Amino acid sequence: MFSKWMSRATLGALTLAATMGIASAKSTITVGMQLEPPHLDPTSAAAGAIDSVLYANVFEGLTRFGPDGSVNPGLAESWEISEDGLTYTFKLREGVKFHDGTDMNAEDVKFSLDRARAEDSVNAQKALFEGIKDIEVVDPLTVKVTLSKPNGSFLFNMAWGDAVIVAPESIDGIKEKPVGTGAFVFESWLQGDRIELAKNAEYWGEPAKLEHVTFKFISDPTAAFASVMAEDVDVFTAFPAPENLPQFEADPRFQVLVGSTEGETILSTNNKMPPFDNVKVREALAHAIDRQAIIDGAMFGYGTPIGTHFAPHNPDYVDLTGMNAYDPEKAKALLAEAGYPDGFKTTLKLPPPSYARRGGEIIAAQLAAVGIEAEITNMEWGLWLELVFSNKDYGLTIVSHTEPMDIGIYARPDYYFQYDSAEAQGLMAKLSETTDPAARSGILKEMQELIAKDYVNGYLFQLAALTVAKAGVQGLWANAPTQATDLTAVSWVD
Amino acid sequence: MGRFLIRRLLGLIVALAVASVVIFLCLEVVPGDPAAYMLGVNARPDTLAALRAELGLDGSAVQRYFDWIGGMLRGDFGISYTYRTPVSGMIVDRMWVSLPLALYALGLSVAIAFPAGIWAASRRGSAADLGVMGVTQLGVAVPNFWFAMLMVLLFAIKLRWFPSGGFAGWDEGLFAGLKSLTLPAIALALPQASILTRVMRSSLLDTLGEDYIRTARAKGVSRRRAIWAHGLRNALIPVLTIIGLQFSFLLAGAIIIENVFYLPGLGRLVFQAISSRDLIVVESVVLLLVFAVIAVNFAVDMAYGLVDPRLRGRR
Repeated sequence: MFSKWMSRATLGALTLAATMGIASAKSTITVGMQLEPPHLDPTSAAAGAIDSVLYANVFEGLTRFGPDGSVNPGLAESWEISEDGLTYTFKLREGVKFHDGTDMNAEDVKFSLDRARAEDSVNAQKALFEGIKDIEVVDPLTVKVTLSKPNGSFLFNMAWGDAVIVAPESIDGIKEKPVGTGAFVFESWLQGDRIELAKNAEYWGEPAKLEHVTFKFISDPTAAFASVMAEDVDVFTAFPAPENLPQFEADPRFQVLVGSTEGETILSTNNKMPPFDNVKVREALAHAIDRQAIIDGAMFGYGTPIGTHFAPHNPDYVDLTGMNAYDPEKAKALLAEAGYPDGFKTTLKLPPPSYARRGGEIIAAQLAAVGIEAEITNMEWGLWLELVFSNKDYGLTIVSHTEPMDIGIYARPDYYFQYDSAEAQGLMAKLSETTDPAARSGILKEMQELIAKDYVNGYLFQLAALTVAKAGVQGLWANAPTQATDLTAVSWVD
Repeated sequence: MGRFLIRRLLGLIVALAVASVVIFLCLEVVPGDPAAYMLGVNARPDTLAALRAELGLDGSAVQRYFDWIGGMLRGDFGISYTYRTPVSGMIVDRMWVSLPLALYALGLSVAIAFPAGIWAASRRGSAADLGVMGVTQLGVAVPNFWFAMLMVLLFAIKLRWFPSGGFAGWDEGLFAGLKSLTLPAIALALPQASILTRVMRSSLLDTLGEDYIRTARAKGVSRRRAIWAHGLRNALIPVLTIIGLQFSFLLAGAIIIENVFYLPGLGRLVFQAISSRDLIVVESVVLLLVFAVIAVNFAVDMAYGLVDPRLRGRR
């Protein structure tokens, strides 16, 4: 009897020791984020939350974004571009397997791209695939994509989450059980609470350092704060309460990463609605706004002022903030010149994010100071999309354009801010046909200057990427070049 | 009793039919397109049209209403626009959080209110009575989400006794599940217990003033026995009414507390579904809640008969 108890005690001690052994080399992580994916197919919804969980972790594309926004080889290890820029021949990596054990080959690439550009495709970024004329499987590891006209951003387009490679065998269940090629395998989803991923032991590349990942969805900013403070989550990405960050910075248990995003936050202006059809009025708006006051007041200092629709961390960025320096007197003079010496009334329709709601209050006050009365209406995203975005029933609105390299929207006259400029459309057409990097850079700069000079929208600030993590977590991306939480290189400091 | 049941059942069906039309119309007039919400700002018109067709949104409103109701009658709640999974499955999953949470909170509320109410009533005017009345006044006045945040600060961040939120899942065991529901249940129970205590107290005091109690006391029954044997049962009618109302409220109205504790319950499902224009989910869950409220009221009516035989005859 005694020996039985003894052996149990020993076993218990051993188990305890083993558990503690695992604890010291921690290999699991819990990541908190605000928004839950509606489903798990990155190729059929715009929701950034899908990419935030799955991009790079579970799904991979031909190319992939690096932490600095550069485009790197993904499932294609190399490619050749024909002289005329029309044919891309991708060489795929060998030995890549989907999580269900099937091989990833050229047929899957063809299937994925054909599915995205098909007539009945529900890909939210279908424009990425617009120029593809033909996709040819040369051999299992070579695929040739022919474009109808040269497209300088084709490799960039293929790095988007909407262009990841999926398999025909698993496509039917993709919304609930995503099967990709990435370093993590989807494990489970408790809707409304969490998604769990496990390390992919068969991964073709550098294996993940973490064994297990849990994403938890915490939408309320106060709850987000509590979850980090209580150490229920190890990392919180896109932290929703910037006012709490100084507290985390002062606490040795945590680290705060401040990086850049692709989110140009703008005071979108309805260019076809009087009086905003007058460039002088739009210029007056630009001078009536104190950007730093908005960043300090709405974002507690996190954010970079911008003078055009382009990310400041991009090498092609031109600093045009001088063109819209805060100068209320000048704004008043411009309004008088445009025929509105006493100002005018307009609407300011605000979607839910705090940058819009808080920023909107400040902007309304700043506009009031020059005589423009902006009537604020708060609305949910669904309503905003219908009233503002589709029906263009608004004067002003505030929104962050989070898609990378989206200056092309200024070449779409039917886009919600209704900027119709032949010059801008010409520049963007030229850009898509140019493959030479130096020439592309020149066009992009010209475009930035054009839309700044036309004061299309009030350019406010670049949204900051705010991440809070436990002090021992390393390998996280500080920047958010796309909506992703790439955990493939994340580990704990021993 | 049989005729009464049939009448109540007919009433229930009419109420549900009216509710379904009202719910459908309300959501129909609210602007916002689920397909546009799903595909975001870069979607092209042909993509939107393709998704609308896939979701069955291109039919007329009348046709969609009958599709929905027809499906409900067959037990098919439809497919969620955003999640793309059967709505019935989603509701069942969320029920496994919301129902235990509501029962837990109601249990706490009753466990606090009965002794406190009886104690206060039996010592009317004493310091104990005043104390109970004061505390319950506070309990009614304090917003439960604020109280919830304070509890998180103390029990999750400072003491680490409970998680700050989230739901462990029943797979992790009964204890883990209950542990993650404890703080939310207390937050929900606080105002409910306060109200119920006050109702219990005043109802019992009313009963104790009745002639039959005086008669019993005159015959030499002790005060304690008068309360327990004669007073309590008769004081229960208004208490049961309040419990019924509270249960419906706890089941449907825990949205804010579910948000504070990020629990995957029914309230948050509706909240998310409304903002993403997942109309079919909103319609089905709201109709289900209407049904639950009606059913609970029905059950309360039945319970009246159990505690007070006089009420049975009136039917």
